[in-house]
Parts: sequence; structure tokens; C-alpha cells
Amino acid sequence: MPSELAVEAAGLEKSYGRLRVLDGVDLAVERGSVFALLGPNGAGKTTMVRILATLIRADAGRARVAGFDVVADRRQVRRRISLTGQFAAVDDLQTGEENLRMLGRLAGLPGPEARRRAAELLERFGLASAGRRTVATWSGGMRRKLDLAAGLVADPAVVFLDEPTTGLDPRSRQDVWRVVAGLAASGVTVFLTTQYLEEADRLAGRIAVLDGGRIVAEGSPAQLKQRVAGHRLDLVLADASAFAEVDRYLGGRALQRDPGRLTIGVATDGSAAQVRALLDEVDPTRRVVDRFAVHSATLDDVFLALTGHPTDRPDHGADLEKETADV
Amino acid sequence: MSELTVPGAARRPRRPDSPVLAAVADWLTMAGRGLRLTRRNLDAVLTSLALPVLLMLLFVYLFGGAIDTGTRYVTYVVPGVLLLCAGFGASMTAVGVTTDMTGGIIDRFRSMDVAGASVLAGHVAASVVRNLASTVLVFGVAFLIGFRPSAGPLDWLAAAGILLLFILAISWLAAAVGLLARSPEAAGGFSFLVMFLPYPSSAFVPIDTMPTWLHGFADNQPVTPVIETLRGLLLGLPVGTSPLEAVAWCLGILVASVAASGVLFRRRTA
Repeated sequence: MPSELAVEAAGLEKSYGRLRVLDGVDLAVERGSVFALLGPNGAGKTTMVRILATLIRADAGRARVAGFDVVADRRQVRRRISLTGQFAAVDDLQTGEENLRMLGRLAGLPGPEARRRAAELLERFGLASAGRRTVATWSGGMRRKLDLAAGLVADPAVVFLDEPTTGLDPRSRQDVWRVVAGLAASGVTVFLTTQYLEEADRLAGRIAVLDGGRIVAEGSPAQLKQRVAGHRLDLVLADASAFAEVDRYLGGRALQRDPGRLTIGVATDGSAAQVRALLDEVDPTRRVVDRFAVHSATLDDVFLALTGHPTDRPDHGADLEKETADV
Repeated sequence: MSELTVPGAARRPRRPDSPVLAAVADWLTMAGRGLRLTRRNLDAVLTSLALPVLLMLLFVYLFGGAIDTGTRYVTYVVPGVLLLCAGFGASMTAVGVTTDMTGGIIDRFRSMDVAGASVLAGHVAASVVRNLASTVLVFGVAFLIGFRPSAGPLDWLAAAGILLLFILAISWLAAAVGLLARSPEAAGGFSFLVMFLPYPSSAFVPIDTMPTWLHGFADNQPVTPVIETLRGLLLGLPVGTSPLEAVAWCLGILVASVAASGVLFRRRTA
């Protein structure tokens, strides 16, 4: 590979009719790293992945993947990548083993080697016992694992995962996380998209936040958190009128507000002096704040601070509750 | 899922360097896939086989007595039943193509550098094999109920050639329809059209028994010359210009469908 970058994009633009999906995106992903493209629904994540995986062309801008131009050297790129999209890309009516063997043949493996590779992947993904049943009889989590295994048949240098855990139950999500961690350990570059901040935080060494077709922030999870303030002071107010009063006073400075729990969060560096000063500023009469807590800022806070609107994650809260119940 | 490392293939697999060789290898893999999917979708296959055979029995035993064709009715009707079968088989092809295009698998194939032509040609190859099986079945049942053709070896060969060309044309047409349809259900509706086409032709009743306003259509639609050619060859009758017309129609449909598939595939994947 002529370049140390696995993915580099400059000025990518893409519109569908009058809808501008990508509005000048620049990206650089180092070889062997895990990179997360984070953004709400409709931010342009899938479009970005499809351009990088050579499936569609950008209206403007250039991109190189694994050292090759995604338009001019499309075939070279395709030999070095795999794409696992949001929809399971396996045949329901073939067995898991047949699906993997077919993909092995398409990747250029001779018959016996394709068979060996299929068996090996089924084994590693814990699917060996189901391997000879048609995929139609498998659970959603098993299919997603097969889908991920399918992406590894050809031993790719860059793996694109488009929302790999969307719609999965908590246990299957953990499985996918383990796969991604394993990929990273083996030196493969992973480019994943997600709308889950927790997922990006946990898996990726670098995160780019995509919002409305633009990268609004990029850095390591720690760097992104620092851009807010590092920590968040949660104030639990005495009652509803105290909440209203403090909410009015803080206005746009509030990182987070939860009227139900009478809680408002504000940015702080976490030092005793600043927390004391903040408490005095918000509550000079020492009667509106009941309790307080200091947390490290989450990526949710970062997202809100960077985009001016909270993340859009309709079902994640429910997932988290299930996850807790599962334990 | 206990292992954290990825199963390491010792070396990166090599696709053939020549795009043509790669496309042929992919086509064979795709045809194998199509046949496996056919085997797993046996109820649909059986329906597509049973219906034409039942129709044949229906026509021969219920309507045939009332239809005067100058020969035994079963002998008259066999070519029409063969074409009905081709229509049913083609509908499975259209559904298969639409399913691929609307699911995630086409993106995986394309990101692996598999040409769209290989994917479509794989469906068509499976379709042709399915149709050959149904043709054998129809001939078998027809022989059991009294079909006695008087064709020589060369006639059989010519008949098989025309039938194969028709099946190929209809299969590619089905692939194009599959690319056009937005859902597998819509693609399935295609069978209705193709299944209906043999009725206003000489497949089941002679055209001169139809109302005169229908003659123009029945005489000049693609199914009629194919039927006339098959019937003439199988029964040792003079075929006139029918073979030429049949070949022209089939080649026309084939070329148009392949060209349309190329355009539609590019549009669908843009």
C-alpha cells in the first residue's frame, strides 16, 4: 500500500435531487485503526460508506481506499475491502456454510479452500452447529454474525460496517463488539458507522461526527469529550419551581435537562474550586440545589455541544434497560 | 465467538485478472447458487410445474373433446403447455432478481467486484435448467396420455433449439422485469402476463375459430410463430415462414431484454 492511510477523502459531495446528503466531507483513517462515523439518522453515513465502498459515485471530491482511488481504481479497491450493510446480505434459502462457500468462490478461492474457509469462519463465529441449516431458520443475531463472517471471507484490508448493531439485542451487540475488537487486534482497518455514542466510544480510536452532511468534529473519544469541558456537573433541584428558576438562569449553558428528575447538567472541568463556584453562582441562597454529582462528559454531551441538538436514538434507551435487565 | 483474532487466511485470494474470466467464473458460481435456491424453493417449483400439467390435463380431457383441431387434441396442445411452463418458470426468475436487488446482497456482490451481468446471467442459467426439467416432465405426461409426435431426429433437434431460444429470451425478459419491479410481489405479477399470452394464440385453439378482431393480434404476437414452429416440427407438418418469425421474435426479445437489463441494472445501482 503506497499510503499509510487506509481511507482518505477530500471534499466529498453527494446530492439526491435537491437533497444535499454530503456537503464537503474530508476524512483520514489510519491503517489498522478502528474509525467510527457517528451521526443521527439521515446524517449521510450510509451514503459516505457507499461512496468509499465504490457502490456509488460522489458528485464532487476524491477518495482513496487502501491506497487506490475509488473511481479510477475501483476494481483494486474492491479486492481489498468488504462491506457489511444494514440489511443482511446472505441468502435465506442457502445454509450458512453454502453462503460462505459461495462468497469464497466469488472472492477467488479454489473450491476446497472456500470450503475450508467457510468451516473455519463458522467455527470462529460460534455458528458451526447451525452451519448446515438454511439461514431462514436462524435468529437475527446469528444472521448478523454470518453477515460479518461473510465480510471476512476474502481477508480484506479495510472492513466497512454500516450500523453493525442496529436492531440487535444486547447480547448480539456484545458479540459484534467482540468481533470488531478482534478485527482491530488482527491489523484490519475497520470503518464503522453508528448512531450509538456508546458504541463509538467503546470501539473506535477515532471518531468523526457527521451531521447534516458535514463533519462537525473529529478526534479521539477523549479529545471529543474534552471539547465540551471534560466533566459534567449534574444538579438535582429541590422542586419544580427551583428547576424552572435554574433552567431559566442557565439557558443555553445546560448540557442536559430532565424535568422529571429535576436534574440539570452543566459543563465543568471537575475541579473543586470550579464546582464550588458553579454551585454558588447557580444557588447563592443555598436552597434550590438539593444534591449534585460530577460525571465525565459522555459523547451525548459532546454531540449536543457540537451540533446544537441531541442525538436521535429512538430505541436505544429501551435497549439499555433491557441490557441492565439481562445482567 | 470466544476468539478475538480473525481467522487468518494465509494469503489473500486472487480473483482472475481478466474481467472476462472473472465474469465467467462468477457466472458459474451464481448459476450454482440459483439452482440451490431453486431446490430449496421446491414448493414454488412444484406449483410452476403442476399448474401447466394440470392445465394440459384440463384441456385434453375437459375441453379437448369440443375443440376440433384436425389431430388428437393432446398432440395439438403440447407446444402451448411447454410455453406456459416457460412463463411460470420465468416468473420465478423475475422474483429472484427483484429479491436480490431489494435486499442487501447485491451490494455485497458489487463490493466484491462481481459484475451485474454475472448475477443476472446466473439467474437466467438457473431458469433455463428449471425450464428444461419442466419440459421433460410435460413431454413425459403428454406421452402417457397419448401424445404421439411424428418428428425425426432433426425435427426434434430443431424443436429443442427453438424452445431453448424462447426460454432464454423469456428468462432474460424476466430478469429485466425483475430489475424494473420494486418488490418481489410485483415481479411475481409478471407471470400473469406471460401466462396469459399463449391463450390468444394458436396454443389451445386454432386462431380461425376466434373472433375476427382478435386475429390481427393472435397472428402477429410472438407466441404464435413459436407454437406453429414447434407443432409443425413435432408433427412433421410444413412450417412455412414460422421458424424465421419465431427466431426473429426470440432474438429480438433476447437482445432488447439484455440491453434493457444493462441499463436498468446501472440505474438501480446508481
